[in-house]
Amino acid sequence: MRPAFQKLTEEIILETRGLTKEFKGFVAVDHVDLRVKRGTIHALIGPNGAGKTTVFNLLTKFLPPSRGTIHFKGEDITRDQPADVARRGVIRSFQISAVFPNLSVLENVRVALQRKRAGSNFAFWQSEKKLDAMNDAALAILDRVGLRDFAQTHAGALAYGRKRTLEIATTLAMDPEMMLLDEPTAGMGHEDVDRVRDLIQEVAKGRTVLMVEHNMSVVSGICDTITVLQRGSVLAEGPYAEVSKNPQVIEAYMGSSDGAGGPA
Amino acid sequence: MANETPGLDQRDVAFDAKFFRYGFLAMMVFFIAVPFVNQAAGRDLIYLVFLMKVLCFGLFACAFNLLLGYGGLLSFGHAMFLGMAGYFSAHLAKVGLQFDQVTLFKVSIPLSVHLPPFSTELAILVSTAATGVLGLLVGLLAIRRQGIYFAMITLALAQMIFFYCLQAPFTGGEDGIQSVPRGKLLGMIDLTNNTAMYYFVLAVFTFGFLLIYRTVHSPFGQVLKAIKENEPRAISLGYQTERYKLLAFVLSATLAGLAGATKAIVFQLASLTDVHWSMSGEVVLMTLLGGMGTIFGPVAGSFVIMAMENYLSNLGAWVTITQGIVFVICVLAFRRGIVGELEALLRRRLTFRQFLFEVFAFRHHKRARDKKRG
Repeated sequence: MRPAFQKLTEEIILETRGLTKEFKGFVAVDHVDLRVKRGTIHALIGPNGAGKTTVFNLLTKFLPPSRGTIHFKGEDITRDQPADVARRGVIRSFQISAVFPNLSVLENVRVALQRKRAGSNFAFWQSEKKLDAMNDAALAILDRVGLRDFAQTHAGALAYGRKRTLEIATTLAMDPEMMLLDEPTAGMGHEDVDRVRDLIQEVAKGRTVLMVEHNMSVVSGICDTITVLQRGSVLAEGPYAEVSKNPQVIEAYMGSSDGAGGPA
Repeated sequence: MANETPGLDQRDVAFDAKFFRYGFLAMMVFFIAVPFVNQAAGRDLIYLVFLMKVLCFGLFACAFNLLLGYGGLLSFGHAMFLGMAGYFSAHLAKVGLQFDQVTLFKVSIPLSVHLPPFSTELAILVSTAATGVLGLLVGLLAIRRQGIYFAMITLALAQMIFFYCLQAPFTGGEDGIQSVPRGKLLGMIDLTNNTAMYYFVLAVFTFGFLLIYRTVHSPFGQVLKAIKENEPRAISLGYQTERYKLLAFVLSATLAGLAGATKAIVFQLASLTDVHWSMSGEVVLMTLLGGMGTIFGPVAGSFVIMAMENYLSNLGAWVTITQGIVFVICVLAFRRGIVGELEALLRRRLTFRQFLFEVFAFRHHKRARDKKRG
């Protein structure tokens, strides 16, 4: 194998080839070839209904693809179960907040740590006190995202922005190689957006992040590569400066090609 | 963030542990004391047979609650485990295992087994284990579907079991299996004595109850709660959720079997009533009335329902109507059930006067609804 080629395959952590999803004749995702480089923050943007979340669901196997393949670190994961994908180190978040509402904030993080450290744990005869051994690690993660003061609060009682932060903390507890974040700042106020953006940038160190995001200040601020989807297909790909000047992208967002300044 | 009622927003592990400790103590003192009180009074203030019924159905409802309250799975066929275990243990205790051939789908395989009647404890153990196997088979089929489909599959399978019990030769059809010997516990303690039988049932119940408590408060229970709260999220963390749900189902079925097997010995009878679908409904009623997802709730629910059936029996068919009305009131006004409401009140650490005020003014319901967490 030529060194240059080997370097190339090493760099790509997640790759899809001809990924397609049809719902009874409606093509939601159409031959998407996505290549995510290791160690980058990659954004998936596009107008409503472009198929961004469907791509996410395909990548994490919550939906089976109609055609095409998905490779993670060179291995074919197209036939994996959702839990298997997670075990490979690809952890996703959800568009609607995905916390365990009646568990405490600490327990939310601990559930993730438990999976990470103990694997499948069916010990119904053991005391839950055994889990207290993970408290320090969980608190350290909460400290990092600024939720330590809420450790004993029911996750369901948290304010919206904090719920999303807790979600990232839970994902972080899995120490994933790759994080898939589905609209991490959706529905947040300005201060929260800035906080979560900084948080994503911080936790992305040493990992790969693929995120669906609408907020262009987040996308332009922290993302290395941007893929624009429209009606299920890739419209453009590249760094923000390049993509935002693409007339097709401007048209997709603005409805005309003469608008200046790119997607807002 | 509004935080006016810290008791509801904050996880209070100390309160939970205290509530369990004192609740368990009170429950055990009550159940242990009744025979002594009866003796002191010189007459049966509370019938032991009635309490044995409460304990058997209490364990049944606790097992059901493990699945519904902590696993979020509404089985509408749990009577099959209670009833089948009853038939198993009644048959084993009365006849033993006696057959010359096994017939499956009209194919007969000669297989000669002749075992004399089992001792009481062995009959209960073997039938509990057999019910666990039945639970595994049913669970493997049902666990793949969620919500109403899960309920319907369990109901359909329970109906199949019902018709099997109606037709199969060993169950005695409409007559059931009658005059089952209570036998001697470990060959020593004569269980025909009601007090001895009562304490044996209490021991079985306590074992099952504590096992459920431990299961809920175990690393497994923690994952089960997470799955109940948000299954996609649990999957995305790498949990193979179907395996957890299956284990919860098997545990629930096994403990329901333990209740049914014991019940058949106590009442010396296994009948179609216990496999009938209405029994599956009754256990839902007990669990919701007492408090779904609370550890003591199903016991309280069983007590109330059994008390209504026993002490209002001269009302005849009106008992069912009364139960219906109680159920409607409970669902409309006391969503958390008897124990759930009590726990929520105590959690807020009110003074006694405030407590009475809240109880009679029903104010906490309104506030709880306003503050409903999602």
